[in-house]
Amino acid sequence: VLQQQKNLDGYVGFASLPNQVYRKSVKRGFEFTLMVVGESGLGKSTLINSLFLTDLYSTEYPGPSHRIKKTVQVEQSKVLIKEGGVQLLLTIVDTPGFGDAVDNSNCWQPIIDHIDSKFEDYLNSESRVNRRQMPDSRIHCCLYFIAPSGHGLKPLDIEFMKRLHEKVNVIPLIAKADTLTPEECQQFKKQIMREIQEHKIKIYEFPETDDEEENRLVKKIKDKLPLAVVGSNTIIEVNGKRVRGRQYPWGVAEVENSDHCDFTILRDMLIRTHMQDLKDVTNNVHYENYRSRKLAAVTYNGVDNNKAKGQLSTKSPLAQMEEERREHVAKMKKMEMEMEQVFEMKVKEKVQKLKDSEAELQRRHEQMKKNLEAQHKELEEKRRVFEDERSNWELQQRLEQQKMEASRTLEKNKKKGKIF
Amino acid sequence: MSNVLSRVFQNEEKRNLSLGGHVGFDSLPDQLVSKSVTQGFCFNILCVGETGIGKSTLMNTLFNTMFENEEASHYQNGVYLRPRTYDLQESNVHLKLTIVDTVGFGDQINKEDSYKPIVDYIDTQFENYLQEELKIKRSLFNYHDTRIHICLYFIAPTGHSLKSLDLVTMKKLDSKVNIIPIIAKADTISKSELHKFKIKIMSELVSNGVQIYQFPTDDEAVSEINASMNAHLPFAVVGSVEEVKVGNKTVRARQYPWGVVQVENESHCDFVKLREMLIRVNMEDLREQTHARHYELYRRCKLEEMGFKDTDPDSQPFSLQETYEAKRKEFLGDLQRKEEEMRQMFVNKVKETEAELKEKERELHDKFEQLKRMHQDEKRKVEEKRRELEDEMNAFNRKKVACETLSSQPLKKDKDKKK
Repeated sequence: VLQQQKNLDGYVGFASLPNQVYRKSVKRGFEFTLMVVGESGLGKSTLINSLFLTDLYSTEYPGPSHRIKKTVQVEQSKVLIKEGGVQLLLTIVDTPGFGDAVDNSNCWQPIIDHIDSKFEDYLNSESRVNRRQMPDSRIHCCLYFIAPSGHGLKPLDIEFMKRLHEKVNVIPLIAKADTLTPEECQQFKKQIMREIQEHKIKIYEFPETDDEEENRLVKKIKDKLPLAVVGSNTIIEVNGKRVRGRQYPWGVAEVENSDHCDFTILRDMLIRTHMQDLKDVTNNVHYENYRSRKLAAVTYNGVDNNKAKGQLSTKSPLAQMEEERREHVAKMKKMEMEMEQVFEMKVKEKVQKLKDSEAELQRRHEQMKKNLEAQHKELEEKRRVFEDERSNWELQQRLEQQKMEASRTLEKNKKKGKIF
Repeated sequence: MSNVLSRVFQNEEKRNLSLGGHVGFDSLPDQLVSKSVTQGFCFNILCVGETGIGKSTLMNTLFNTMFENEEASHYQNGVYLRPRTYDLQESNVHLKLTIVDTVGFGDQINKEDSYKPIVDYIDTQFENYLQEELKIKRSLFNYHDTRIHICLYFIAPTGHSLKSLDLVTMKKLDSKVNIIPIIAKADTISKSELHKFKIKIMSELVSNGVQIYQFPTDDEAVSEINASMNAHLPFAVVGSVEEVKVGNKTVRARQYPWGVVQVENESHCDFVKLREMLIRVNMEDLREQTHARHYELYRRCKLEEMGFKDTDPDSQPFSLQETYEAKRKEFLGDLQRKEEEMRQMFVNKVKETEAELKEKERELHDKFEQLKRMHQDEKRKVEEKRRELEDEMNAFNRKKVACETLSSQPLKKDKDKKK
């Protein structure tokens, strides 16, 4: 479609579109699903409470570390929070038992299964004929808690992130960062990022924008990854201010002090600036990957595998079937033509054979006829010859007879003295 | 439009919690807006109306720009749709505007099929979107959406009532697109006539069951203005790109000997109301309704047509996998059956032809058997004749021999006699 740039000669008013979108989005409300994963005791519940400034986890609703069962569970709780007229339906998914057993092989499997089942639910509701409510319970972000060993990642950390980085936005966090000095923290971060790169793990990336200012901020954040956080459920008075923090004999580690930890960076990024992007990436990348793999499996189920390999077509399963139908029609036409050809050829052969045998018989008949005619003629000739001979002989006989008669009569007459 | 809360299942617990400070998610609408501004917006307008009724002029007036438009002739064979896309920008908002004109509408003698190209065009845009949505590898977020968001139906300012073409066309379109009926060239109708005309039109629409777009009243921010505007439908508009000096201002207007009709004067016409409703207040709602209502209806019908269902005969919901597998099985079975049919047809054909040829062979065989018999007869006859001849020859030879023997005798007899 040809497009042209047009300059407007005055205010039209579609510049209000963003306001219209704003208004409608507030009316609709927002939802967000956050998953927290890590061994017990890393401060996950505390961090969530600190992030959302509410008692999501409490004595009534204990955190994952208090709910460990024999196997790794994946559990969720929904809370509704309001701020500035904006409604947010927040779902926190936690995984009690993760990494806490002696043998942690496959402890990530229930988590992968959970994420996939949410994708599956969404895919099914998106594919229904009657689509009404499409609840979006897909996981938008996974906060992965790394124990503050100060050395590097554990094998379980690497294994988990490798298996999940293409299914969900993974944000690794250094937990309980107040056990590391700034230098130790710096080293730790460098080591972790090195290992992440080494294992080609794709953690959530901040999108680049056209805005230079924003890009500078993004770069600053990138240099601090992974974020080292501290959480607290208690409020302490520091220099006349009431802040969330952890009281130690030697001082107070303030949660929201950027010199003490990266909590504010995490909060700002996760909630204030990139929450929408996390949802978009989940929808446009992770979900689409799941969907295309699922649909390809359904579409090519039964079809020649060579076709399906490597060539993940962009066609819909219906278009695929349409194409198969067309191929089949063409194949059938070809088959029909070939069969027709073979048939014609065989018929021709048989007809020819018939003709040949007819000709042969005809020939033989002619031959016999000729033969017979020749015999006839020969016989005729023979008869003619014979009859000639006979009539000649008979004539001769008659002449002789006459002669004899004549001479006898003469004799008789002589005797009688008739003849002088 | 449902709120997100309605999407929580009834038996799922959700707690209302209060916040102990400013968390910051109240920026979510801004985050969303900022993303959509970056992406840019798309809006598609369909103008349906007779040739010369003022569609192009109104578009130019609405958007304060001169869109290309050759004047259409009245002699088109049929109706055809002409879409044109423009890139507009206002402050930081990019709008990809597509204006679709119906060329030749209302010009033919027989207008029975006039609505068809319009319906086809609308359906095609839905179909294109559906195809993209169904693809295995799809990119919906940067898809150029061409679905029609609004149909402005231009009513001729007769002052009496709707034409039957208008009713027929709007009835065919009302389940496929948002319709806003407007009275064109409203400067030819007086105020009192206009009032009667509007009432007549609305009652005709209602009595014929034509669903036009209602400005939404569910959002308190705009419900009042929308409700009052609903009462002014259909909007009586005047369009003009010419400017006339009125007092000390230059305004867009139409200059007549008896006065100046000012486009943006609300007591002269409803242009301002139209612009307000269409662009400044409800543009986003029109987009939403198109996607959530009209497109979904199209999609539902299309899928049902193709045999898709949401539940199996036992009312158990199908999963996507099951649906596609079932469809695929049916499809493959169908193909198999066709193949079998064709093979069977050939087998029959071969059988028939073989029988024919065998018949011919038999005839040939009979024919020659007959000839053979004839030949045998002839041969026998010849043989008989030959024997006859032989017999005669033998008889003759005997006779000859007998005669020769006899011929030597008579002399003797005579001699005997002489003695």
